[in-house]
Amino acid sequence: MSDEAKGTFTSDPAGTEAGPAKKLSRRTLLKGAAAVAGAAAGSDAIRGFPTIWAQEIKDIELRHVGVSYSVVKAIGDQAAKDLGFKVTMQNLDTSAAINRFISQPNTVDIADLEGWQAKLAAKRGVIQGIEVKKIKEFDNILPIFTKGEIDGHKIPRQGISPYEAMYISRPDATDLHEGVTEWATFLPQVYNADSIGYRPDLVGHEVTEWKDLIDPKFKGKAAILDVPAIGIMDAALCFESAGLIKYGNKGNMTKEEIDFTCNKLIELKKQGQFRATWTTFDQSVQLMAAGEVVIQSMWSPAVAAVRVKEIPCVYAPVNVKNGKEGYRGWCNGMGLMKHLSGKKLDAAYEYLNWYLSGWQGGFVARYGYYSPVPSTAKKFLTPAEWAFWYVGLPAPEVVNDPYGVPMEKAGTKRDGGSFLDRVKNISCWNTLMDEAAYMNKRWNDFKVA
Amino acid sequence: MQPNPNPSRANLAGWLYVSPLVLVLVPFFVAPILVVLAASFFATDGFGGLTPGFTFSNYIEVLNAALTFKLYLATMKFTMLTWVFTLIIGFCVAYFLVFHVRNQLLAIGLFLLCTVPFWTSNIIRMISWIPLLGKEGLINQALLATGIIRQPLEVLLFSDLAVVIAYVHQLTIFMIVPIFNSMARIDKKLIEAAIDTGASRLDIMRLIVVPMSKSGIALGTIFVVSIVMGDFFVVKVMSGGGSASVVSAFYEDVGVLQYPTAAASAVLLTLVLVAIVSLILRTVDIRQEITR
Repeated sequence: MSDEAKGTFTSDPAGTEAGPAKKLSRRTLLKGAAAVAGAAAGSDAIRGFPTIWAQEIKDIELRHVGVSYSVVKAIGDQAAKDLGFKVTMQNLDTSAAINRFISQPNTVDIADLEGWQAKLAAKRGVIQGIEVKKIKEFDNILPIFTKGEIDGHKIPRQGISPYEAMYISRPDATDLHEGVTEWATFLPQVYNADSIGYRPDLVGHEVTEWKDLIDPKFKGKAAILDVPAIGIMDAALCFESAGLIKYGNKGNMTKEEIDFTCNKLIELKKQGQFRATWTTFDQSVQLMAAGEVVIQSMWSPAVAAVRVKEIPCVYAPVNVKNGKEGYRGWCNGMGLMKHLSGKKLDAAYEYLNWYLSGWQGGFVARYGYYSPVPSTAKKFLTPAEWAFWYVGLPAPEVVNDPYGVPMEKAGTKRDGGSFLDRVKNISCWNTLMDEAAYMNKRWNDFKVA
Repeated sequence: MQPNPNPSRANLAGWLYVSPLVLVLVPFFVAPILVVLAASFFATDGFGGLTPGFTFSNYIEVLNAALTFKLYLATMKFTMLTWVFTLIIGFCVAYFLVFHVRNQLLAIGLFLLCTVPFWTSNIIRMISWIPLLGKEGLINQALLATGIIRQPLEVLLFSDLAVVIAYVHQLTIFMIVPIFNSMARIDKKLIEAAIDTGASRLDIMRLIVVPMSKSGIALGTIFVVSIVMGDFFVVKVMSGGGSASVVSAFYEDVGVLQYPTAAASAVLLTLVLVAIVSLILRTVDIRQEITR
């Protein structure tokens, strides 16, 4: 059960060598066999899951649609190889993706959904519930997602946490359900905690608080994320950190809070605080690498991408202190579109099960993202990689990125520490506020000011 | 297309002539715009759901917002600046090609040369300004090295200047082509006659070249104005997200599934553009100029 996964974690910082021995159980072997043999694995029969025969599935094509950092071609290719049917990965930006799910649901099979998108997709009736019983690793998914807690720590509910969006009461329900049910809205597959990236050589001190981003010292050298729904949360973290305001819920602000935040942003913009705003991963890397900014809200792999260019860059550990600070968490999962049925639906379940079987978890770990089932991901990581990415120990040897390019030198420690250090310091989650339309309007005020 | 009481062969031929255009315009222009028009009167539940109906509230909301005014102001500013610079550059280039290059073959060769940069994508041409204009870009490095400045100029990139530079670079060709076209049709004898009767160069420019290039200028203006007003990508990238435009604002609306207000903004923009274009067409009778 979930305790086992939790146990794996708490015991791990003591030493990674305990891992492999413990892992070598009958269950692991079965799971390994399932991962390799895919559809044909005997474990399917044990679970009473319909077995799909190779000749029947070879004509099936699954279209997995979503953002580029979550829906990755290399992962789809591997899945197709392991499962024997065709998998097509299609990338869109966040807003184009949700628009497509809602307006052309039949052109998508597997929707890449964040918690708030899952809530919207359910509301619009374009997805069907995922039968929890059919997900082999469901019990090993970290309780962050399934129960809203980890290691005795309650996961904060500012914004839409993955747990909040996790369940619906019936497969065709349109509203989220509070508490565990047999039907999942979406199946989490990749997540992380976002914070600030900065140039240690130019900033001059360790950054552990969001307020450094709006420090006048960095006037004209700071940047902020320009995706309104989450950019405003980064701004809120800054203003809360600077003691300017205390939000009821950063993830669902009142109109007054939105006004305060946007007015403050406009004021900062007029003072010339922001060199730029960015919308894509590449833009944030370019801004930092080209010396345009020295501090900005940033994603973990973007910081790594700057470092690969031999430019010093640190991902700020913004641990929660005095009820302030903390990371902005996000989680992308997979939703089954409503039109899936019969063999295609079976194939989709196979695909979901493959996702949690470890290969994908190992892949995303190598650029700094986490798997909801670390116990399977671990099997696809070397002990050194596991120690560096999950345990937060100094890398015993050179760490490579997913494509085999050396990324971190031996001895480097991951910014922000271990997995638990990071996820327990998430203070809010990506969201779409009730006042989204109003917030968007005010954000445009900021843009045009 | 006047309705004809007794359809003749000529009438049928007329329909055949326009049918390709109709076949393209109806499904790809008329139908989508009708959908947008309909959506602009619908209500929404805020989660992307549309309730068919007829309400003016979306328009009232858009028209009532100070934001709309500011967005149009920002967009008009970029449009005017881009128009002025593309016009000056486009006019000078066309003038040079038509009146200073004696050899017609060479003139056409040089004209084609103008189009070479446009064989690459718009986006590449825009992005390539970034390493040139950046804080550690070529221009700043050169100025720092020669000691003209001590601090890198920040105004070069992620500013209104950068946006205008990118627009002018992308759109000048749309001025050159029609102006070149109308200038090339000016009878050279007319200018010789003017010189013989003692007209100054300024008079020739003022009384002959400019009036006779009007149709080209008007066409180029329509291209430039409608492209700049309908764009959001250049503004987004070159201003470093520091500026917004009418289109970028309703693109964000679509991002949070506020379809009706986005549709209302789109309809409003279409109306504004139609007004601008008809104003241009009123000033210059392009059809008459072209068939002259």
